Amino acid sequence: MELTGAEILIRCLQEEKVEYVFGYPGGAVLFIYDALFQQDKVKHVLVRHEQAAVHAADGYARSSDKVGVALVTSGPGLTNAVTGIATAYMDSTPMVVISGQVPTGAIGEDAFQEVDAVGITRPCVKHNFLVKDVKDIASTIKKAFYLAKSGRPGPVLVDIPKDVSNHKTTFEYPSSVTIRSYHPAGKGDSGQIRHAAQMLLEAKRPMIYAGGGVVLSDASAQLTDLVRLLDFPCTNTLMGLGGFPASDKQFVGMLGMHGTYEANMAMQHCDVLLAVGARFDDRVIGNVEHFAQVPRKIIHIDIDPSSIAKRVKVDLPIVGDVKLVLDELLEVLRGGRQRPNTSELAAWWKQVDEWRAVGGGLRYKNSTEIIKPQFVIEKLHEITGGDAFITTDVGQHQMWAAQYYKFDKPRRWVTSGGLGTMGFGLPAAMGVQMVNPGATVACITGEGSIQMNIQELSTCKQFHLPIKIIALNNGYLGMVRQWQEFFHGNRYSETYMNALPDFVKLAEAYGHVGMRIEKPADVEPALKEAFARKNDLVFMDFRTDPTENVFPMVPGGRGLSEIILAEEL
Amino acid sequence: MRHIISLLMENEAGALSRVAGLFSARGYNIESLSVAPTEDPTLSRMTIVTSGSDAIIEQINKQLNKLVDVAALMDLNDGEHIERELMLVKVSAQGEAREKLKRVADTFHGRIIDVTDYIYTIELTGSCAELDSFLETVGRDLILETVRTGASGIGRGERILKL
Ligand SMILES: Cc1cc2nc3c(=O)[nH]c(=O)nc-3n(C[C@H](O)[C@H](O)[C@H](O)COP(=O)(O)OP(=O)(O)OC[C@H]3O[C@@H](n4cnc5c(N)ncnc54)[C@H](O)[C@@H]3O)c2cc1C
Ligand SMILES: Cc1ncc(C[n+]2csc(CCOP(=O)(O)OP(=O)(O)O)c2C)c(N)n1
Ligand SMILES: [Mg+2]
Repeated sequence: MELTGAEILIRCLQEEKVEYVFGYPGGAVLFIYDALFQQDKVKHVLVRHEQAAVHAADGYARSSDKVGVALVTSGPGLTNAVTGIATAYMDSTPMVVISGQVPTGAIGEDAFQEVDAVGITRPCVKHNFLVKDVKDIASTIKKAFYLAKSGRPGPVLVDIPKDVSNHKTTFEYPSSVTIRSYHPAGKGDSGQIRHAAQMLLEAKRPMIYAGGGVVLSDASAQLTDLVRLLDFPCTNTLMGLGGFPASDKQFVGMLGMHGTYEANMAMQHCDVLLAVGARFDDRVIGNVEHFAQVPRKIIHIDIDPSSIAKRVKVDLPIVGDVKLVLDELLEVLRGGRQRPNTSELAAWWKQVDEWRAVGGGLRYKNSTEIIKPQFVIEKLHEITGGDAFITTDVGQHQMWAAQYYKFDKPRRWVTSGGLGTMGFGLPAAMGVQMVNPGATVACITGEGSIQMNIQELSTCKQFHLPIKIIALNNGYLGMVRQWQEFFHGNRYSETYMNALPDFVKLAEAYGHVGMRIEKPADVEPALKEAFARKNDLVFMDFRTDPTENVFPMVPGGRGLSEIILAEEL
Repeated sequence: MRHIISLLMENEAGALSRVAGLFSARGYNIESLSVAPTEDPTLSRMTIVTSGSDAIIEQINKQLNKLVDVAALMDLNDGEHIERELMLVKVSAQGEAREKLKRVADTFHGRIIDVTDYIYTIELTGSCAELDSFLETVGRDLILETVRTGASGIGRGERILKL
């Protein structure tokens, strides 16, 4: 029996066990929506803006180990999706985005709602396809899922012209896929791994720096075993949070621009650095020349060779999947008789603990008058037992969330790190809630960011998503204001959020519960009340100290040890 | 340093723009780029001439390899190789210059492939540097038009780039 391209597409999604597609209809995808309508295995979540569809698919993927799927129409549907695609690309989220395109015969004629989808998305996808023949749909979708998930994950776009979605052919889903020009790395080189083990055992001031690759590879257990076996200090990047339990005494906190003093100092002064699925981002090591001033040997495990030696010189590269490489490294270490040098290690730990004491961990001065944002996050952690799924937007609130919500498990922390996309939090939380029904999901946001995709409150209503929105409302585009305060002579150019809506009424207008919290004493009871409302979305408008800044801070372009600690407390 | 990178890639619409886009997006130099299908019509062979520090060249190689459409890659500068470029030059050939141009063309193993009363069209193959020095010898005053293909390159002896 012959099926239309649209029917084939849906059958492919069924074969890939896709539960939810986040999307928005339009002319070029009418046949696809018609095929969706006539089945009930693949469910569709109607968002209110295509950007949100992609962020929702992103949150869906990050908080599970599945591939997120979004569906958008041609032209403005696709361009609206681009921010979401770029966000997923920067953070390596496995995702398939399907876009409608004008009919093949109209391509290139400036047809109604035509844009060059493949051209526009090329720099921000792992790969993309324009399907010109209905016979190619099944094999292309198979390839798209394979590419999205294997190797270094990323978004893959499949652009399907309207006529192709209506042409007919027989359907057969390929059982396997090989792409001759694509060979993702798997196991690491055994010789290099043995060499790494030796370097680690000989280290005097070792440090383990683990990033998003650990989470993507589902290798937290291996990382945790390794850190404990060696008794080395461990730090996580923003993307790696939860990859190693934050409550562990060997955890020195997040590193980087807003990382802890101890993590940054240990990173700067170690003699052997093991980098695991982390890419030496500029927000992490600051100034590369300054970083290079202290000689240290770097071992770098990454599945993407282009992440290795991109910004820093690497002494021992290991190209491979974190999980497989760590398994082998653990085997080598456990099999050998040599153990780390305990006296050297004790001296190093003493130094790290001194840094801990100087930095005082993370500090802020609480108040009984005005709500401190850090206090809200601490209470949130307490009330949710540290077990919630947390999404964020971008800004100060994001950094406080990263610092004060101590993640002990991977895939609980969903934030836009690489692109830093305001507007990510709420739609991402929708995806998280869909794939983790019944779980506690909170979106930590700012009054600026939340307004970038506020319309999704409507989607949340339609799909009964009981997300808790924790808005740290400081009345400012706080993160930008902080830079203006520090580096631009207190000139708060366009960072005051004037004419804010009444968020309580706004939440109510969308059919949700709204709360305004203005006093420190009300923080805890309000959180308790909100989280007791298991079936409601609650929008919590916390009026927080507008002058609070994020510390510690390594100013842009500076070295890790040039860190500014909290103001006099 | 100047590097010649050869790659085999899927002969598909868009593959070329992935490579070109990569160079512009990441700010890499590109001196020349030439591409044509191979004996296997599903594969194209591309030669890219680029330059940069060792670290940048390493990144260029890795980033190119990362493109899903790139099936195989060889940095010709990693070993012995041969480089050739084809050039067609139209020169003003009048009076005394006619004889002189003939001699210069001979010296560079060029061929005059089209002649009018006033003009020679000369075909020349060689390394980019050889072609440059031919143009310099002839002098800009006489040159009316030049067309160059950009370098092609191949490994020496047993060095083969094949799937
Ligand atoms: C306002 C703001 C402030 C920020 N401040 C900080 C900060 O203070 N500290 C900080 O750390 N970040 C900060 N960031 C985030 C920063 O911009 C980067 O996104 C982040 O540091 C990158 O994390 P990562 O190095 O873990 O890499 P990721 O982007 O998570 O990349 C993962 C790496 O792992 C590799 N990988 C993927 N899968 C595998 C696998 N299976 N096996 C092996 N390797 C794999 C990939 O190839 C890649 O190299 C901030 C962002 C914002 C928006
Ligand atoms: C889409 C987008 N536009 C602009 C920025 C630049 N930016 C980074 S943080 C920030 C302020 C965010 O304000 P708010 O959401 O209120 O969070 P706060 O910093 O106050 O906690 C801005 C404008 C961005 N990251 N994303
Ligand atoms: Mg704000």
